[in-house]
Parts: sequence; C-alpha cells; structure tokens
Amino acid sequence: MTTAIDPIVADAAVRGPRRDFRDRLRNWLPRIVLAPSFALVLFFVYGFNIWTLLISFTNSKAFTNLNFIGWGNYAKLWTWTFETDPPSNWYTALVNMVVFGGLYVIFCLALGLTLAILLDQKIRGEGILRPLYLYPLALSFIVTGTAWKLFLDPRIGLEKAVHDLGWTSFHFDWVVNPRMMIYCVAIAGIWQTSGFVMAMFLAALRGIDSEILKAAQIDGASAYATYRRIIIPIMRPVFMSALIILTHMAIKSYDLVLSVTGKNPGGAAELPSTFMYSYTFTRNQTAVGSASAIIMLMTIAAIMVPYLYSELREKA
Amino acid sequence: MRKIWNVLTATTMVAAACGFAGAAAAADNKEVQMLHWWTSGGEAAALNVIKEALAKQGYTWKDVPVAGGGGEAAMTTLKAMVAAGNPPTASQILGYFALDYADAGKLGDVTPLAVKGDWAKVIPTALQKFTTTNGKWDAVPINIHSVNWIWLNKAVMDKIGGTEPKNFDEFLALLDKAKAAGVIPLALGGQPWQEATMFDSVVMSTGGPEFYKKAFIDLDESALKSDTMKKSFDNLAKLRGYVDPNFAGRDWNLATAMVVKGDALAQVMGDWAKGEFKVANKEPGKDYLCYRFPGTDGTVIYNTDMFAFFNVSADRKDAQNALAAASMDPAVQSAFNVIKGSVPARIDVSDAAFDMCGKKGIADVKAANAKGTFLGSMAQNYAQPPAIGSGAYHDVVTKFFHGQIKTSDQAVAELDKAINAAM
Amino acid sequence: MTVAADRLETAPTRLPARHSTTTRVVIYGLLILFAIIYVAPLVVMVMTSLKPLDEVTSGNMFYFPHDLTFEPWTKAWGTTCVGLTCEGIKGYVWNSVKMVVPAVVISSLLGALNGYVLTKWRFPGHKLVFGMMLFACFIPFQSVLIPMATILGKLGAIGQSLTDMTGFSFGFGNPTVNLVLVHVVYGLGFTTLFFRNYYETFPTELIKAAQIDGASFFQIFRRILLPNSAPIFIVTVIYQFTNIWNDFLFGSTFAAGDSAPMTVALYNIVNTSTGVIEYNVNMAAAIIAAAPTLFVYIVAGRYFVRGLMAGAVKG
Repeated sequence: MTTAIDPIVADAAVRGPRRDFRDRLRNWLPRIVLAPSFALVLFFVYGFNIWTLLISFTNSKAFTNLNFIGWGNYAKLWTWTFETDPPSNWYTALVNMVVFGGLYVIFCLALGLTLAILLDQKIRGEGILRPLYLYPLALSFIVTGTAWKLFLDPRIGLEKAVHDLGWTSFHFDWVVNPRMMIYCVAIAGIWQTSGFVMAMFLAALRGIDSEILKAAQIDGASAYATYRRIIIPIMRPVFMSALIILTHMAIKSYDLVLSVTGKNPGGAAELPSTFMYSYTFTRNQTAVGSASAIIMLMTIAAIMVPYLYSELREKA
Repeated sequence: MRKIWNVLTATTMVAAACGFAGAAAAADNKEVQMLHWWTSGGEAAALNVIKEALAKQGYTWKDVPVAGGGGEAAMTTLKAMVAAGNPPTASQILGYFALDYADAGKLGDVTPLAVKGDWAKVIPTALQKFTTTNGKWDAVPINIHSVNWIWLNKAVMDKIGGTEPKNFDEFLALLDKAKAAGVIPLALGGQPWQEATMFDSVVMSTGGPEFYKKAFIDLDESALKSDTMKKSFDNLAKLRGYVDPNFAGRDWNLATAMVVKGDALAQVMGDWAKGEFKVANKEPGKDYLCYRFPGTDGTVIYNTDMFAFFNVSADRKDAQNALAAASMDPAVQSAFNVIKGSVPARIDVSDAAFDMCGKKGIADVKAANAKGTFLGSMAQNYAQPPAIGSGAYHDVVTKFFHGQIKTSDQAVAELDKAINAAM
Repeated sequence: MTVAADRLETAPTRLPARHSTTTRVVIYGLLILFAIIYVAPLVVMVMTSLKPLDEVTSGNMFYFPHDLTFEPWTKAWGTTCVGLTCEGIKGYVWNSVKMVVPAVVISSLLGALNGYVLTKWRFPGHKLVFGMMLFACFIPFQSVLIPMATILGKLGAIGQSLTDMTGFSFGFGNPTVNLVLVHVVYGLGFTTLFFRNYYETFPTELIKAAQIDGASFFQIFRRILLPNSAPIFIVTVIYQFTNIWNDFLFGSTFAAGDSAPMTVALYNIVNTSTGVIEYNVNMAAAIIAAAPTLFVYIVAGRYFVRGLMAGAVKG
C-alpha cells in the first residue's frame, strides 16, 4: 500500500525529557478510545465462545448443564463426517457449505467488481442504476426466499411462463430437485448480496487517488492494464472486507436456505447454520449444536487466520 | 454530511429518551402476558376467543406473538425469557417442551383449579402425561388435532366413481383410478414434516394401533426393526408413485390448494387442512370429503396445542389462574376449536357447533380414548421427544422418500440407528 | 492539504476519460441487462401484491394483474393480524426506527474511531487487536442467544435496583436499549473493518502535517478524516442499517411483544403454521418493511459522488 507508508507511532510524539500528565494522556488516548470496543468484543464474543466451548463438552439437552462427558459430541460429528450412504446431515451440511459458499463468494465478487467498474465509466443514470442493483439487500430474506421459490417453481414459475411463450422443451426444475436445490439457494443469495459488493467496490474506486490514474494514462497504459495492474491491487483491503462479509453471510445464511428449499426436503439442503440451529433449538441437543458451532469457528479460523496474517503482515 | 449528522444525533437522543421513559412502566398484576405463534388469520381469531373471555373478567392481554418455523422461533424466545429470569404468564407449547420446562422447575401450578374442575376426568389420559408433573397440573391442552385424515375433492371422486377406501389396498386402487383419469392422485408437500406426518398414518394402517404403540410410544427395538416396519416403508414407497414430479419443498397449503381446485384427488394431512377449504368457500360433504386414513378408522393419531404456566411472581398468579380457567371452559373450548378447525381437548364438550368433519373428529377422540387407541403423533413430537421425532424420524423418512435411502431394509436399519444416536 | 484538495476536486475519476461509441453501447447494454435481471423478482413481487389471492394461487405469476387491487397493501399496512392485534405493521415502524438509528450511529461512529486508531495511531499489538475484532464477525449468532439473554436479564435486574434507588433506570432492561446494545456489539467487527480498510489508503502525510500544526487527536478525526469518509460511511450505514433493520433472530428473542421491531411483525404475517398463506399481503408487507432501507439506499447513494466532490478539506 504505497499511500499508507509510515503510520504514526503514538509514542514518537512524546519522546522527550518532560513527560507530564497531558503528554501521557495524549499518548494513551488512542488506546483509550479503542478500549471500550475491544472490551465489548472480548466479553460478548470471546467470552461467549468459551461458554459454547464448555457446553460442547457436556450432555446438555433442552437446557444447558455442566455434566461433562468429554469428547462425545465431537466423536459423533466426526463419525457423521464420513457417513455418506445415506449421507448424514452433517456430511451434507459440509458438502453444501463448500458448494454454496464457493459459488456465492466467487460470483458475488466477480459480479460486484464488474458492475462497479462498469458503473464507474461516467455513466448517465448511475443514480437510477445503482439502487437497482442494491435493492435486493433491503428485502427480508424470508420473503425473497419465498419469492424465488415461487419464481423458480416449474409448475407456476419460470418454466411454466417459458412454456406459455411457446418454448415447450424448456426444462428448469432445480428448485424441486433435492440434488440441485443448493444451487437455487446460491442464485438467490448472489442476487441478494452482489449489489452490496458492487457498492463496496464503487466506494473504493471513488476513493482512488486520481494522480495515479493520470500517471498511468500518460504512460499509455490501456484501460484493462490500468485496472489489472494498478486499480485492483490498490483495492486489496476492500477485497478483504468483501471477502469477510461474504464468508460471514454464506456461513450464516439461514432463512434464505429454508425458504428457498421449502424446509430442507430429503435433508438435501442442510447447511452448518441450519444444522446448528436445529440441533440447538428444535431437536434439543444443545451440546451437539454447540460442538458443531465450535467446529465451524475452528474451520473458519483455519482458513481466515493465515489469510489475515499474510494480509496484515505485508503492510508492516 | 454534517447536516445528516445532526439529524442522526438528534434522532438518537430522542429515541434514547423514549426508550428510558418506556422502561419505567411496571408490570400490572391484572395483565396476562402470553407467548404464542398463532399469528395467521384463523389461528389468531381462535385465540381471540380466550382473550375476550378474559377481558370480560377485567384482565388485559399482553400479546407476545413470535411466528416462524412452526413454533421454533417462539421456543427460542421462550428459552431466552426464562434464561433472563423474566418468563411470560403462559406460553403456547408442544408436549415434550413442557416436560423439559417442568423438569427444570420452571413451571407453576394450577392444580387447585384442576381439582375443582375435575380435569383428570375430561382430558384424554394420554394428554395428561404432558400437562401434569408428579400429579401437579402445570399446563392445559386447548385443542386436539389429528393427523390420520385424508382430504378428497368430491367432484373428482364423482368423476372417477370412487368410494371411501377402507384399507390401504383400496386406497391404492382409488389412486390408480385417479391416475387413469389424468388427475394427480396424491397432493403432497415434499417437506420432511409432511412426509413424516403421512408416514405416521401409513404405519398405523400397516401395523395397527398395537404395533404403532409398541414401535413409536414404547420405542421397542424389535418392533422398530420388524418386518411390519419394513412393510410400512414399502407402503410409503408405493405412495411415492402417486405424487407429481414437482412436489419437493412444496408448502402444505399449496398441496391442499391442488385438491381444492381439483388438480389432485387427495391429500394426507392433519385437520388444519380444513381451514384452506373453508377459505376457498368449500363445504364438507358437498365440495370435499374427509375420511380417516384408510385402515386407521377407530384410531386417532393426535397432536395438541397446550398452554404452559410459568413460575411467576405472586402478584401475577391471579391472572395466570384466570387464563387457565378460561382455557378449560367448555364454551371457550367449543368456540376456539370451531374457528381453529381442531376438536376440543375436553371430551365432554358438545359437538353441536361443529361441522361434519369436526363432529366425526370429536366422536373419534372419545372412542379412541376409551379403547386406548388415542396415540401421539411421532412426526409432531407427541410420541417421542423432538430429538427423536423432529430429529431421527424426520431425517430417515425424508431421506427414504427422496431416494437417499434406497431400500426399506436400509430405512429400517437407519431408523433404529438414528433413534439410538439421538437418545 | 493541497494533495487532498486536488484529489477531491477532480474526483470522481473515470478512466479512460472517453470511450468509443461501441464501448459505450456495450457498457450500457451490460448495465441494463443486469438491471433487468436484478429487477425481475421485484416486478413479480409487486405484481403479486396487486392481485387478489385466488388470482395469485391459480394464475401465472408473470401476467399483469387481471383484477388490479390495492387491498393487499392497505391490509398489510393497517388491518392484517400481527398476533391478536389486527392493525397491520404500521405500529412497528417506530419500534424499528428507534432501535436502528442509535445502533447504526453508535456502531458506525465507534467503527470510524477504531479504524482511525488502528491505521493512524498504531500501537504495539494493533494487528492482534484488529485481527481479534475481525474474527468476531464470524461468531454464529445462534450460540450467543442464551448467554446473552442471561446477561441482559442481569442488566435488567441492575436497572430495577437502580430505579428503586434513584427513580431512573438508565435504560437497563428496556428491550429497545438491549437490542441497541446487542447490535452495536455484534456490528463493531464489521464497522471497524470497513473504516480500517478505508483509512488504510488515506494519505498519512495529511495527518502528520495536521499534527505538526498542533491539531489534537479528535480535531484531526473531525476535520480531516470525517469529511473525507462519505463513501465508506455510506457503505457502512447501508450495511448496518440493512442488517439491523432486517434482523429477526435478536429482535424476536430479546424484544418480542410490545417493542418488537418490524421484522418480527413481518415474520408474524408471513409465517403461518396451520393457516392460510396470503402471498399478496406477504409481498406487500415485505415491500413496505423494506421501504426505509430502500429510502436510505437512494438518498445515501447520492452522496457516493457528492460526498467526495463537496468534502474539500478546510484545515
């Protein structure tokens, strides 16, 4: 990040013989400003995670208790991970997570970036187009899920409409085919969020120093090269934001999954979020639900920590 | 930017001030705080009967409606309210959840009312398992739904010359007739709970009440692994051949609509399906028919809605008792259930106000209770706790129905395995 | 200052400045094509909301309403049942507003301050702090509900004893205040992330220059960073506003009943366990419930460009 060299080191300002109270306060002020937020996160996120971790080692059912049973719940999940005939709910959840999460993140990023770049070309009517891409995020998942389900339903939706238009060999029954359902969830999810990714990229594009672009133009770089070599690399922090937002949304998608698929027929549309919720609250096996929550967190940590580490280290 | 900023800050202050002001209001002891998930038209109208009965006695109703997932969201809210030490006066609740709260010592006591009203005599014995803990009444049932019904379009019936099927084979023959006539024979919503609810009836029809009781209520392993259970799965597989290709994930009411419109002949569904016919201005006997699932006549596979009473502070007890008394009032139960489409939980309520299907339902409950064939629905969590009902059972039935479990042998083995894992 | 001023005056920067006609046709073509795809579901929803129920369940969803009716809209707004009170969703708008506005303002402002500290006033361990706050984004909300309820219950008890002592509860235990707290806590990770990554590319020279001029920590924030933060504020506000406005899990768990936010009311209308599903009313209610968010998008969106143009530094 060429623009962000040399961040101010707070201590530098007060290296001197006289360190009175004001100086010390000024020195500590940034940390004091940050402290309440950090304390809240420590308590409400990490504290509660430790609680979940504790519960995952108990035999808690409808209510949490502290009768520790060791690794039993994890052992259950571990055996389920390899149960493929018939697929266990946990196995289906993991496979679907990879399929859904992968498609969702990649397509949202690609579409978001494309739309942002296109919109950034001195477009007339940007003010009209932008909200059109963005609006799906405003609608509540439970209703858009139902709308998509009706929309894709072969009997009353898209397939019927195309048949009515005369193309009778048209066939699109993913939403009622348990094997393909998860792709419909991905379509609805991408439709819902890609506009927001577009907004993030657009904000970043608008924030780029025009000097850099002018210099590139003077050097005779093509538009494509300028984007690929200069603009997109500058936007790396935004990619990071987008990736984190999308991963978090993919992992937490709950209403959308249930409403698009119609409550998970054949157990084929299970995702870790639905698994976790149903074990914790519907099936009254809180301990198993907690264990699955911990495994999900660990998996995310295994993917995210190295990425964040390399992203953050580069700027040091 | 700055202007917006000022507006936002001002709004924040105003909102905060309002928030603080609201906090000062103290709980009124004439207030009934009720958590429930009956938010749609007919359900809310039914609950309103109780609200009005209480209003006549001077009690105010503080509504806490939380819909979503057939009570799942409401149960989460209830857990949070109890965890925060702030339980409602009463909550709508399903069987085993009430037992969980009773075990945790969170429920109150309305036994004096029960003794005075002799509730033990008028409530089917099977239900009392859920409403009492060690002889202490801590919940009341407001209605009885039963799931072993089929709903048929009468016009289609007349067209194909069908008659009431008396056993499973006759049912298949009837469905074949519909198929030959080019009508979808069976309208089904392919969601785990609907498939499992239908399977309840199939098991009852295939094995009879003794078998159903042994397998699902007693969880007898030899019954679960028996050939009868295998045959039940085979029968379910036969029904699979009569649904249209687009059934997966369909909501139950859309399936009912197919019968209402005559696109399909029949639907296997609980008696709440009646509400859909009523909304479409259809009349029982004239436009549609209600039969017991073929081969299950004389038995009732029930689920029920109950109100659980929580351990509340002394000043709220009076309102709690008033709610309990009102819910058990025969006139209230009659009015409530006429609107809701279910039958009264009290077996001594007159059936005068009910339609043809309701009258049959009331008579069936009475008879089944006397004969001991009044049995809890496995799919609706009245035979076993949710870990087994909503969990293991739904999983295996839906995976079998959608072809992930391929044979009935495998299904039987999986069911046994899943039930053991859930215990 | 000149660097920034120059940068802002020439913004927004498009490149290259002129496209050939063909390129422009392709660009507009693509944008309009995407717009149509994005809008199609909304069109279907709006059409559905304008049909009587029997036309919805029997007809083709892509056809225009045969018997045009606005009844689903008036019903969703004013007469549909949310539980036992059949007064539509109009009463819940204010509940949501008085929760969303403070939660968005507080979490965005804290996020901006955190981002400022984490990029421009770094201290040893700042990366670890940021990393930990980031990771907080991934906590599954389902698993915090019960511990959170317990803590909120405790806070309520404290509030009660404060009320007994001082006659003023300070808001502890009030469902709306509880929800603001919850949303601020679980929104902090995101707002910090947005601002930190935005300020990362903000020229540090400006801050240094201001510091030499004697500007204090907060003066720099207010005079230099805030005026240049319009695009990221918009993104943050859009994200937070949407998420908090549409949240159902926390709203239903901690504030069911009188102070329930709009989403809980919407769910109560849309969800039915054993009743009739009125698709037309549901769609109308969903669009009404989304209206404030849509309004924010359209209004905020204008500042995407204008914020950058007008925010020249006067320092």
